Amino acid sequence: MDNIAGQNSGNRVLVNITVLLLVLLWLLPTIGLFVSSFRDREQISVSGWWQAPFSVEQNFRIRVGTDTAREEGGLFIIEGNVFDEPELMAVFEGERAQIAAFGTRAVATDEFAAGEQVELRQGGTLRVDSDGSFRVENTEAFGARGPTIYVGALTPPRFTLANYRTVMFADGMDRAFINTLTVAIPATIIPILIAAFAAYALAWMDFPGRGLLIAAVVGLLVVPLQLALVPLLRLHTEIGIGQSFLGIWLAHTGFGLPLAVYLLRNYMVGLPRDIIEGAKVDGATDFQIFVRIILPLSFPALASFAIFQFLWTWNDLLVAKVFLPSGAASQVMTVKIADDLLGSRGGDWGILAGAAFVSIAVPLVVFFTMQRYLVRGLLAGSVK
Amino acid sequence: MPPVLQGIFTIIIGVGGCVAYFYFSNLVLDKVIFPARGPNAGRNINRANKVRPWLFLFPAMFALGLYLAYPVVGSFWRSLFDRSGNNFIGLGNYIDLFQGSTFRTAVFNNLMWVLVVPAMATFFGLLVAQLTDRLKWGNIAKSLIFMPMAISFVGASLIWRFVYAANPDIGIINALRDFFGLATLDPLQVRFWNNFFLMFILVWIQTGFAMVILSAALRGIPEETIEAAIIDGANPFQVFFQIKVPQIMGTIVVVWTTITILVLKVFDIVYTMTGGNFGTHILPSYMMTYMFRDDGRATAVAFVIMILVLPVMIWNIRQARAEMR
Repeated sequence: MDNIAGQNSGNRVLVNITVLLLVLLWLLPTIGLFVSSFRDREQISVSGWWQAPFSVEQNFRIRVGTDTAREEGGLFIIEGNVFDEPELMAVFEGERAQIAAFGTRAVATDEFAAGEQVELRQGGTLRVDSDGSFRVENTEAFGARGPTIYVGALTPPRFTLANYRTVMFADGMDRAFINTLTVAIPATIIPILIAAFAAYALAWMDFPGRGLLIAAVVGLLVVPLQLALVPLLRLHTEIGIGQSFLGIWLAHTGFGLPLAVYLLRNYMVGLPRDIIEGAKVDGATDFQIFVRIILPLSFPALASFAIFQFLWTWNDLLVAKVFLPSGAASQVMTVKIADDLLGSRGGDWGILAGAAFVSIAVPLVVFFTMQRYLVRGLLAGSVK
Repeated sequence: MPPVLQGIFTIIIGVGGCVAYFYFSNLVLDKVIFPARGPNAGRNINRANKVRPWLFLFPAMFALGLYLAYPVVGSFWRSLFDRSGNNFIGLGNYIDLFQGSTFRTAVFNNLMWVLVVPAMATFFGLLVAQLTDRLKWGNIAKSLIFMPMAISFVGASLIWRFVYAANPDIGIINALRDFFGLATLDPLQVRFWNNFFLMFILVWIQTGFAMVILSAALRGIPEETIEAAIIDGANPFQVFFQIKVPQIMGTIVVVWTTITILVLKVFDIVYTMTGGNFGTHILPSYMMTYMFRDDGRATAVAFVIMILVLPVMIWNIRQARAEMR
């Protein structure tokens, strides 16, 4: 067995590196989203998320006040520190950071390195040091308006929950979160029982046409949902359900059934025949066998279907767009992001990242805690 | 009534109704219609057992029929009518569709998706499954590559927006271009190739699925066949391609077809990333441009998707029937 790919030591290193690269490629986009969702929105727009742990140069515009101007031997002087100006106080809260560059024109905000002495266009000179202190000199008195200075300050990395706060409370994601939950839970629970009974009949009861019915279920498994949208929406409207939560629960139940029946039947067929026949000999009815024996034994299959259906209904966009009304009161998170936030907050990357993470957090928790059942379900569905 | 309460009621009514239906219908069958007593007791028991499977099947069959079987017919019928739904125009909708260039682009793109996504996802899945097979941290690696399966297509699209963003301070691709001194460009606006950038999102999601199933299949290969090949002097690549792959061919086909079916349904990625602009429409996203506006066209597009799915469906059914024998 020692000759298989990746067994001699050179190959083993190669295999490790290849897998590491693949895992990184698969993981990086999600990490990017995660990091971005915690970054300050100003910082997101000036440096990539991979630079998040480093200071970034952020530009600020300062209008120097002239009320502190003094005269000294014919020179009019204003001295101060940019970090004491209100524009920077708001961000740095009195802390001192490093000034990398400064400028006097909006088109070239980092024209000069800190410490240089430069001419001002309206006359006089300006100097900004790297610690933020500045000095303006002029031979004439200053008017009411002082000169404008642009500084590039090295801002330390800032992580905040502000994006999440905005998303949840100002953008209505909290409402959408509850709506998603409201759609997903009944749509997960209701099909299970219906499917379990049908799966039992298809697995353990003998009747003419059983093979045909199983084939039909396999066929329905792949019917594209797109076909169902128009006729069913019309049906729902005609019988008075219209676009509503009840409508989407029914729709998800119908669409989830083929997979449920198929998965559960495949599992139930594999249960030991002796137990079931023994129970029959002892006089148990089919209903009793189903409730007392089949259901408890099928728990792993029920769990894996429940996980599938939950992930699918939670993540669904298409069915929600068609069967739920489009107003904010009943928008689910996927619709909210795709139709609302991408339009109104298209360039606001911090908000988008926060919203995306709110919507994928629950599926990720479900995924990592119940991965075992998910894998088992996948295998039951495809490998026999 | 707030939707949350409505939801709780629906769960109670749904589950309670189900249990009550199955319990009482069985009770009625056994005690009232065919009671197992009196002169016909034996015959009645047999009769009841003939009816019972249909009691168990009825709710599921009814829902399946209404929500999946009827729409196939209903959609086709609707697609033969014009926008208002009152005038029968035969295949008019289909003819108009095929004359439109957007529709032809969508069909072409969809065929590319169907070829590329299952191929790439299966390839990566097989690669990871084989490489992680005997790795100490293989399970962690598999778990991480499997993770995108849990993420919605919308969430995945947002994640990849951060990769593709036309801004070197947001998107990695443009950051790399910037690093090498190339100008910023929007990958999603590069004609033709933008389709592949969108496809990769689905590959990213589906590789985990392929990996899990193929990994189990690889484990199921009898060790003797591999040992025999090694003793005969086969190198690792020969072992993989000539011993392992042929033995799991059946599973590879199942994975391939499952992803193919999925590809024909997914509209979310195109819808969130480009909205079908820049020549990226596929049939499911193109259908949504008609949804709520022109039901005749929408159902016609949906039926074209159905026709594309049909070969896979027939193959699946034949496969299932062969397994049952």
